[in-house]
Amino acid sequence: MTTTHPEPLLSLEHAQKSFGAVHALEDGDIELFGGEVHGLVGENGAGKSTLVKILAGVHRPDGGRLVLDGEDAIFDNAKQSQAAGIAIIFQEPTLFPDLSVAENIFVGLQPLKRLRRIDGRRMRREAAAVFEQLGVRLDPDRLARGLSIADQQLVEIAKALTTNARVIVMDEPTAALAGTEVDRLFGIVESLRARGNGVLFVSHRLEEIFEISQRVTVMRDGRHVLTKPIEELTIESVIRAMVGRDMDALFPKVPTEPGPVVLEVDRLTREGVFTDVSFKVRSGEIVALAGLVGAGRTEVARAIFGIDRWDAGAVEISGRRLPPGSPTAAMRAGIGLVPEDRRQQGLVMDFSIERNIALASLDNIQRAGLIPRGAERSFAKDWALRLQLKYGKLTNPVWTLSGGNQQKAVLAKWLARKPTLLIVDEPTRGIDVGTKAEVHRLLSELATQGVAVLMISSELPEVLGMADRIVVLFEGRVMREFPRAEATEDVLMHAATGMVEEAA
Amino acid sequence: MTAVAEERKGVQPHVSSRALAEMMFRFRELGIVLALVLVVGATTIDNHLFLSATNVQQVLSAASIIALLAIGETIVIITRNVDLSIGSVLGISAYATGALYVHHPHVPLALVFLLALGIGVGCGIVNGLIVTVARVPSLVVTLGTLYIIRGIDGAWAGGNQVNASMLPDSFNKIGYGTIAGVPYLGIIAIVAVAIATYAMRTFRTARDFYAIGSDPDAARVAGIPVGWRVFLAFVLSGAIAGVAGAVWLSYYGSVDAIAGDGYEFQVIAAVVVGGVAIFGGSGSVLGAALGALLLNTINSALVVVNVSSFWSQALAGGLLVGAIAFDRLIAVRVAPALRTRRRVRV
Repeated sequence: MTTTHPEPLLSLEHAQKSFGAVHALEDGDIELFGGEVHGLVGENGAGKSTLVKILAGVHRPDGGRLVLDGEDAIFDNAKQSQAAGIAIIFQEPTLFPDLSVAENIFVGLQPLKRLRRIDGRRMRREAAAVFEQLGVRLDPDRLARGLSIADQQLVEIAKALTTNARVIVMDEPTAALAGTEVDRLFGIVESLRARGNGVLFVSHRLEEIFEISQRVTVMRDGRHVLTKPIEELTIESVIRAMVGRDMDALFPKVPTEPGPVVLEVDRLTREGVFTDVSFKVRSGEIVALAGLVGAGRTEVARAIFGIDRWDAGAVEISGRRLPPGSPTAAMRAGIGLVPEDRRQQGLVMDFSIERNIALASLDNIQRAGLIPRGAERSFAKDWALRLQLKYGKLTNPVWTLSGGNQQKAVLAKWLARKPTLLIVDEPTRGIDVGTKAEVHRLLSELATQGVAVLMISSELPEVLGMADRIVVLFEGRVMREFPRAEATEDVLMHAATGMVEEAA
Repeated sequence: MTAVAEERKGVQPHVSSRALAEMMFRFRELGIVLALVLVVGATTIDNHLFLSATNVQQVLSAASIIALLAIGETIVIITRNVDLSIGSVLGISAYATGALYVHHPHVPLALVFLLALGIGVGCGIVNGLIVTVARVPSLVVTLGTLYIIRGIDGAWAGGNQVNASMLPDSFNKIGYGTIAGVPYLGIIAIVAVAIATYAMRTFRTARDFYAIGSDPDAARVAGIPVGWRVFLAFVLSGAIAGVAGAVWLSYYGSVDAIAGDGYEFQVIAAVVVGGVAIFGGSGSVLGAALGALLLNTINSALVVVNVSSFWSQALAGGLLVGAIAFDRLIAVRVAPALRTRRRVRV
């Protein structure tokens, strides 16, 4: 069973999927044979996750076809995908924390005895047998709550084995694993392959892809770029295929003379999330935190702003230490945070535009604890004008604004506080091109006025176009730091995928 | 099986703090029994009449009705919902039972309980449909039906009251009869709790309840028919409250429009004190029933040692807050262990 079959177990051809105006997947192709481990790589937003979710039955493709064992298949839900013999191991598995490990493996498919009662003994025995087969020691009776991510994945793999899945898709399975856990996982993947299963292995770590797969597919901007046997590829050629696109946007970056250090992050650590993160941001400087999804960028920003506590290290603003876990202290120290998810965290969607803009500056507007409507309005109007916000009426709820203008409203809210440090997390995600350029112009302008800007972005052109310095995170650690002049897509991608030895 | 046993030995030392927390989750029942023994012991030392047969029977009977209701409430809460209407359902079912006897004094017992069950199921269906089809949070839905059902009950009963004298003795006997000193009500509750406890461990549908409450999205992905299960939970809760209405009438002997008023909070308090997580996913019927027994025992103990009944309410509240704080404390202590990647065990 170790040889490749002539007929693929699964093939997805020209799959398309859009979410509103966003084309997440324009041409998704993948072909998986029994007895092969197939690596799938691509930048953030290349469409890998969408492709995986189509296979999982979570998303229904808008176009294209899915062929399983030579027959057309389309999944409306996860159940159908499972029934067709596809098992998905997500980066962060979704187990039921309150159920035992054995119950998690057999949920909905528990072995029964007379009167449709669950045969608990058989369930535990079979679970133990699967773990033995996998060569791991896990107590089937313990609750899933508190299992490490590695062990949670094992439970998912065990589930796949008990349902006799032939196609096993692993979406970034190693992102949260330690070294020995990765070795263990690879041993299991190898034995799955040897049994004739097809394994689709999605990973950001190219070394791992080269270690474990027989063939590799590269995706970029929602499209299939290439599929080749591993022998015909090098890490270099894969990276080139991943980033090779046109630098289309022009960035209105204005060179500035950096002033004194505003933000100093020193060996900041949050257990299991990020470790020993150190960097500085000077006044007038734009520093980008780059890295792949899950590298810990947003988490670092949240910690600096005091939303999450840190376990070790220190954050200083203009030489003064911030107490951990206090957004109030962070705001008082002059930090503003424009979060990644503006609908959930940046705006109160049902509040009016003027309310949202004034929300962080109520201290300055209030008179004896009351908020004069007139003062609030003229305050909001002033800032809306400065940011060229396009709105109908300031009293309209903020959700009536377009995505780009919502983002401007969030920016206005923080700029009105005259921050010394502005943290922007994915400032242009989901924003149309025109407004995008305006946001870039605005950030650049702020820097010239002496504000220190910490920008998190998944878009390499944005990082390269806007930042004075780039700090690349990889799995919760600072991998490298580049000055603007030394940064190219290639070296950034190397650092972001954990290739240390490839110095520029 | 020996391999598994060995394994457990090997696993424990690394995870002692978590294993302890897990034990606390699983053996909550033990803690309640301990508290029960403490309360009974301390009260008996103060006044030996506390353990007299009459008093014990009384406590047991009163606790039994709460324990019955707690079975249904536990099922609903485990699915991450709540049923606030049970007191009203019990009330209208009790009044309907009384009214049936007033108009048809010779109606067979089985038919009476069938009517009570039917009323409960009807109310449960209404709750379940609104929650699952219209997707309104159960807190709001059942708060609404709490008042609606109570309103219908009030309009129907008016100022009328049904007394024990209007009820046949065969029916009243359910309330006061005993076997070997144990009241019928106690036996009914014990049997019901035993069956429910077993069923909640043994049937797929029951395990689905836990899965839904543990993570509704994961449950959907795992192919569990979440809507149907939640609907079923409300029907079960309603059915139990309906039957409990007839049982309630047999014990108290008279019924008017306010029967069972405020029971929902006594029941939820018992369920939470009994270790059922208020956000679903974990807990047992046995724990909830023991919670009901503990709260009723404390009530009675305070009367025996001459403490005002106002204090007993405050104490029940204190226990409730204490139980939730305890759960939270465990969760907080477990969280850092959850975040830490363990490299020890391979």
